[in-house]
Amino acid sequence: MTTDKTNSGGIEGSVARRLPDFFRWITALGAVSAVFVLGWIFWEVFEEAKPALEEYGLGFLTGAHWQPNRDRYGVLPFLVGTVATAVIALLLAFPPGLAIAIFLSEDFLPRTAREFVRFVVELLAAIPSVVYGLWGIFVVVPLIQSLGTWVTERFGHLPFLSGPAYGNSLLTAGVVLALMVLPTITAISRASLVAVPRTLREGAYALGATRWEAILGVILPTAAPGVVAATILALGRAMGETMAVAMLIGNSSRLSWSLFAPSGTLASLLANQFGEAEGMQVAALMYAALVLVALTLAVNFAGEAVLRYTERRTAGIR
Amino acid sequence: MKKSFFHLTILAAGFAAPLQGQQISGAGATFPAPLYQRWAVEYNQQVPTIKVNYQSVGSGAGVKNFLQGVVDFGASDAAITDAEIAQSPRGAVMIPVTAGSVVLAYNLEGVSGLKLTRAALAGIFLGTITRWNDPALVAANPGLPLPARPITVAYRSDGSGTTYVFTQHLAAISPEFDEEVGYDKSVTFPVGVGGKGNEGVTALVKQTPGSIGYVEYGYAEMNKLSVASIENKSGNFILPTPLSGAAALASVELPENLRAWPVDTAAPDAYPIASFTWLLLYQKYDNAEKLKALKDFVTYALTEGQSFAVDLGYIPLPESVVAKANAALSTID
Repeated sequence: MTTDKTNSGGIEGSVARRLPDFFRWITALGAVSAVFVLGWIFWEVFEEAKPALEEYGLGFLTGAHWQPNRDRYGVLPFLVGTVATAVIALLLAFPPGLAIAIFLSEDFLPRTAREFVRFVVELLAAIPSVVYGLWGIFVVVPLIQSLGTWVTERFGHLPFLSGPAYGNSLLTAGVVLALMVLPTITAISRASLVAVPRTLREGAYALGATRWEAILGVILPTAAPGVVAATILALGRAMGETMAVAMLIGNSSRLSWSLFAPSGTLASLLANQFGEAEGMQVAALMYAALVLVALTLAVNFAGEAVLRYTERRTAGIR
Repeated sequence: MKKSFFHLTILAAGFAAPLQGQQISGAGATFPAPLYQRWAVEYNQQVPTIKVNYQSVGSGAGVKNFLQGVVDFGASDAAITDAEIAQSPRGAVMIPVTAGSVVLAYNLEGVSGLKLTRAALAGIFLGTITRWNDPALVAANPGLPLPARPITVAYRSDGSGTTYVFTQHLAAISPEFDEEVGYDKSVTFPVGVGGKGNEGVTALVKQTPGSIGYVEYGYAEMNKLSVASIENKSGNFILPTPLSGAAALASVELPENLRAWPVDTAAPDAYPIASFTWLLLYQKYDNAEKLKALKDFVTYALTEGQSFAVDLGYIPLPESVVAKANAALSTID
């Protein structure tokens, strides 16, 4: 390119060229320290968790009882709670999230109106977690309470709908989490939809496809890796979310499968009990933290794998 | 060398001059924090040279900080164990400075003056009594329109001295509860929903019709929650008040280390779920001025300071306890 030529001509022979490459060192330092800090966090958590790791081993993951006063620690109820709330959140947030993303990437509305809607949806991500929690307490909890009473009276024989219905429950946390992860799904999906080459769309139209045929048959499959990435990031956020969940889930250490029963997540457990924990409880909580980190890492690895696979599949059309 | 030291002294004096006093730092229990902070403010107005800074980080963290020696005093709702005292390089003196009762707050429209028998109280928190019109509740509350609604139990999800005191009482009155749940700062209740902090449980009770939960007296009072009268060991139903709480405290014979709980007291007019909360002081202080300031402050708390207790929802200490606390304070040097 011509611009390259003029640039290099200007700098050649200047002092900056002869000095060591400081910028490179600074960036290298940044990269290394990020890796170092991650390793350090891991190490620290692992060290603190050691007594519990030695004492409880893998039985920690399958134990259904968490009783600090008896030094009995099993994290299964919180594992179930973590996965269940995140899955509920995704089930609720994915359809509307993707729909909003498609809507915003098409020219259904004038550009300014679309930008406005996009801005509002992304603003959801800027609301602090504690505010979601408060909103949940005053709006979602009473709603779920009355819905739950109605549902459990009629369908209580199904294990995941059994009563009594609590306002602070698995479902309440899931509903609020859905709202919290919606902007993540929408923003990243929209970006990948917009990035689909115009030629593909025009090609579809040229073959006689309607708009919806083009979207569902060509554009969406092409943008799929981005949509998958969005979903996985959302899952990660939902599993790690602490404050809003601790305010809404009802913080129970009992294993329960009902949507309307209080439950707990790994993150909410840590938030609740760390302050006053002592002795083995600290180690057990650190072990729980380790499980949480491992879980989120596993999700991200899985996401990465899916992403690569779909990318390879769609490489031809890109 | 000498000269520079001289300069340094002047410099230090120059910096110290505007402060001209003692900073005392403490950390610990959240439950008595409003009272401690009030004392700090009031005392600072009387003696502007002494500034007390209290951080309500929780009893567990308070004990930790105290043992690490990063504070001048600690504070704990569950006192401090002998094993912990053994870890303290400078010894430990426990001084009870105020007390509180744990009350059962409930939310039932049209129902006031609920009475809970010992069996009913344990049954509710064990999950064996699940509806408000359970025969065990109806029998003790003739004439009260108890609905067929399910009972929603609310408990503390975080570790807390409040839970410690409450479960200690339940374990004392019900062997079954002792067996199944036990007592500690953080236990797993077989039923109910957890809220973080006294304010969390208060919010749950306020918001959920048919709920019952345990909170500090002050919180129920401030939020105008209905509270139940509890059957004590003598079979009397007692409402929590500063007076009935003080009766429970007065019934305890404090041992030499001043660590005791009025667990299920036999005093006939006492509200049965009450507890002291302690300041943790070192046996020895290196800095004589700091020691004097700290002693003056605690003396103030034990005398004049007691008058703020009732306003803020605490129980003022009985005379006998104040005398013992003062005696313990004088052993510190």
